[in-house]
Formats: sequence, C-alpha cells, structure tokens
Amino acid sequence: MDRRLNLTGWAFLAPAAILIVLVNFVPMIQAFILSLQTGRGANLSFADPLWYNYQRLFGDEIFKQTLVNTFIYLIIQVPIMLILAMILANLLNNPNLKAKAFWRTAIFLPAAVSLVSYSLVFRTIFANDGFMNDFLALFSVPPVNWLGEPETARFVLILGLLWRWTGYNMIFFLAGLQNVDRSTIEAARIDGANSFQTFWRVTVPQLKPIILLTAILSTNGTLQLFDESWNLTKGGPAYASMSMSHYLYEVSFQRNPNFGYGAALSYVILILVAVLAFIQLRVGDKRD
Amino acid sequence: MIKKSTLRAVPGYAFLGIWTLFSLFPLYFMVVGSTNTSQDVLGSRLIPGGALFENAVKLFKAQDVGAALFSSFFIAVGTTVLALIICSVAGYGFEVYHSKGKDRVMGVLLLAMMIPFAATMIPLFQVFAKLGMVNSLWAVVIPAISTPLLILLFRQSSRAFPSEILEAARMDGLNELSIFARIYVPTMKATFAAAGVITFMTAWNNFLWPRVILIKNEVQTMPMLISNLSAGYVTDYGVLMLAVLIASLPAMVVFLVLQRAFANGIVGAIK
Repeated sequence: MDRRLNLTGWAFLAPAAILIVLVNFVPMIQAFILSLQTGRGANLSFADPLWYNYQRLFGDEIFKQTLVNTFIYLIIQVPIMLILAMILANLLNNPNLKAKAFWRTAIFLPAAVSLVSYSLVFRTIFANDGFMNDFLALFSVPPVNWLGEPETARFVLILGLLWRWTGYNMIFFLAGLQNVDRSTIEAARIDGANSFQTFWRVTVPQLKPIILLTAILSTNGTLQLFDESWNLTKGGPAYASMSMSHYLYEVSFQRNPNFGYGAALSYVILILVAVLAFIQLRVGDKRD
Repeated sequence: MIKKSTLRAVPGYAFLGIWTLFSLFPLYFMVVGSTNTSQDVLGSRLIPGGALFENAVKLFKAQDVGAALFSSFFIAVGTTVLALIICSVAGYGFEVYHSKGKDRVMGVLLLAMMIPFAATMIPLFQVFAKLGMVNSLWAVVIPAISTPLLILLFRQSSRAFPSEILEAARMDGLNELSIFARIYVPTMKATFAAAGVITFMTAWNNFLWPRVILIKNEVQTMPMLISNLSAGYVTDYGVLMLAVLIASLPAMVVFLVLQRAFANGIVGAIK
C-alpha cells in the first residue's frame, strides 16, 4: 500500500486509540502505583512495606465476605443463566415456531431496562409487605423477610440477575445458531436421536465459541457487580450480599475515602478477571 | 385428531410462555405501579389505578426530574454521537487501510475490554478532579466515547465494503475523508444503528461512574435520581414506580425501535 494511504489509515484510528490508552491503560498503571501508597486525600506516600494495602486486605473480614458473595453469584448464577439462554435460543431457532418476533422481544426486553430501575422494582416486589409475600399468602406460606436474611437476599439478587441478563445472552446464542450447520441436526434426527440428544450432542458442541464468549463476559460482569448490590439489597443484611465493587466504592468514596486501599481492592478485581478469563480460554480451547 | 408434531411442541411453548411471563411481569408491575398509590402497590393491586397524575405531581415536587432528564439525555446523546464518529472512523481505518502494524494495535486495544472499570475508576476520578471537572457532564461522556467493542463492530462490518467503489471514488478524485463521509457512512446505516442502540442504552443506564463524578444534586442523572428516591426512610412506592418508568422508557423505546438492527449488529460482530 502506498505510504500516503497507510498514514491516512493511522490518522483515522489515532483518536480512538489514543482515547482508549488514556482512559484505560494509563489509569490502570496509575491504580497500581496508587495501590502501593497510603494516606488520606491528595496526601499520599509510598507504604512501608510497599504491599501494605494488599496485606491489609487479607485481614479484612468485610473484604473476605464480599469476595465470597461475588463467587456465590458467579458459581450459581452464570451456569444457570447460560443454560437457560441456550435452551431459549434453541427453542426460538425452531423454524416452525409461531409468533417468533413476540417471544424474542419479550424475552430480550429486560436487557433494555437499567440496572438501577429493575433493582428497585425487585426491591418493591420483595419488600416485607410487598407482592411476593402477598402472593405466597395465597398458598398459606408465611411471609419471608426476603431482603433481611442473608440467603434470601442473595437469592433475590440472583433472581434479578437471571431476569436481566438471560435474554441478553440468548441473543448471542441466537446469533451463534445461525452458524450451526442444520444438516448435522437433521442427520442426528434421522439417526433416531431425540431433541434433547440432538441439542446436547450436536448443537451445544458447535456453540462452544459463543459459550466461551458469554462465559467470559458474564464472569467479567459479575466481578464488577455494583448497581444491584447498591440498590436492591444495599449490600445487606450486614455485608451478606455486598459485591466487591460495592465495597470498593465504600472504601474509596464514602466516609473516610482511602484511595490507596481502594486501588489495592480494584487490583484484586483486575487480577481475578484476568485469571478467570485465562482459565476459561484454556478450558474452552481444549479439543476433545 | 392432534398431530404428533403438535404435541411434541407443547413443552417448548410452555417453557417460552413461563419465561415470557417472568420477563414481562416486573415490567407490568412497574407500569401498573406508576398508576397506583403507595398503599395499592404494596397491597399488590395488579390493575391500573387512578393515581398517575397524583404520583406525577408528588414526583415533580420532590425532585428536579427535568434537570435529571436533561443530564441523562445530554450524556446519552453526547456519548452516542461522539462514539459513532470516533469508532466508525477507527473501524474503517483498521479495515480499509489494513496493515500488520494496525492488527497489532487492534490486539492491544482489545485487551482494554478485559480491564474492569473498577480498576481505572479511582485514577480517572483524580484526573478529572485535577482538571476541575467534578460535576461536569463531560466527565461522564469522555471515558465512554471510545470502546474496543464498537471499533470491532465497525471493523468487522467494513469487511463487506466493496473495494471497487473505493478505487472508483479515488479515480474520481474524491479525498479519503469524503469517501468515508459520502460513500461509506450511507452504506453502513445498519451498523450505525446497532452501534447507536448499544451506546445509547449503556450511556443512559450507566450508574457507578456518574455516582462517583457527579456529586451535586443539580447534575444527577435519572438512575441516580431514582436511586436516591428509594434511599429515604419513607418510600412512596407509586411515585417510585413512576420515576422508575420514566427512567426506563427512553432506553426501552430506542431498543424497541431499533431491535432488528441491534440483533443484526450482534450477528455481524460475532461471525
């Protein structure tokens, strides 16, 4: 290619590239430096020992609790959601299905609602004297203090996540199904496989790249969970449902802001995202 | 007689039906709730009531909804317009003027997708604070206008852009920028629509960063307004449901109008 055109190309992509470096990579390095510092406000100096903030994290019971919470959400919610999304996409991909557009829109619609909005709707539905308890009363079930007990608070949060994100992931699977070879499915049918066997043995293996993509995106999203923790359960009761990002916000911007400690916490989230993505890529890449 | 194939379809329809009910119920609850009084919302009244006007009066008296809507629209529209310009130009640049070096840059930029926002938030706050941009809506717009995902979307879509047209336009003496603006942009409407929906919805619904950088109540966004509304000791649930509805409508309308483009955009991006 001639030099002038090559330079034009660089000029075209420069503004976007420079912005990404300035708002992602540079702050990422600054956050690391910050995580080695202590002090209040702008009055920061390097800690002694340098890894003091990280050491402090290991003794921080609230941090440990938020780490456990985040992993509970990750391990329970993400697999259930991806399986449901895959089943729904498979049903919608059936050429004989009636009212396809209606189902797709209805199932995807929650993904257009803001996280804060749905959190508050769920908070209202699961209030002590709210709809859910009234509904259960029809079956003579005594009222449940949904947001006041650790297990049920986490349950409502997980239910909310399933509501908001299953349809979103379904769209990825629907897109992925466009690339699945229909003749392999028909061949399996002719060989006498039932729909479950066909789905599990023929369709799912071909969806592997999408499963990997959605798993990484969902893991990433769960580790950064904030809006739901803040608005739905307020992290409570005590810290039983608080997410890591929620705690990060509290440490960094509330009461006695401590940027150094917050930055160390943010680096733990960064490392977890990286490590989990690496594991998923490794597992997903294995040929069987 | 019912055909066997019809019977086999029943579990599928049942599953879709149940999930659709689950999907739509909270939205229905929100819409109906906005027309009922607080007592009726908690009393699980599931039919529309007559309190919409009353709720609206209470909401607009208690909160500066107009200002919050202005902030939200400013951020969402500003982010969308700038992101579409900057990312489409970049995606086009990566694909049309393709070279090995640009591939490597793209690879590095894609890494940025793996950086959680949490890990950049504190330094970003410090920088914007130094620039005197705390409480400035631009501090919300600027970090959101260049994203690897959007660049990738435009780069992938640019593959379909025929190079003969490019050559012909160059022969006719059009400069590179006008080829982009006059030929590329009009042929890529679908991609622009998909990218626009994604960006608008994300920007409209953003909560954590605006919460950090917009401290004064006068510049709060709609998600911040509804969050604050429920933080008090006494919550008026009818008013809350109306506010939640107002905060949700713009992103939902944009999505409903452009949903086909959105789905096609995702198909195009992961192929």
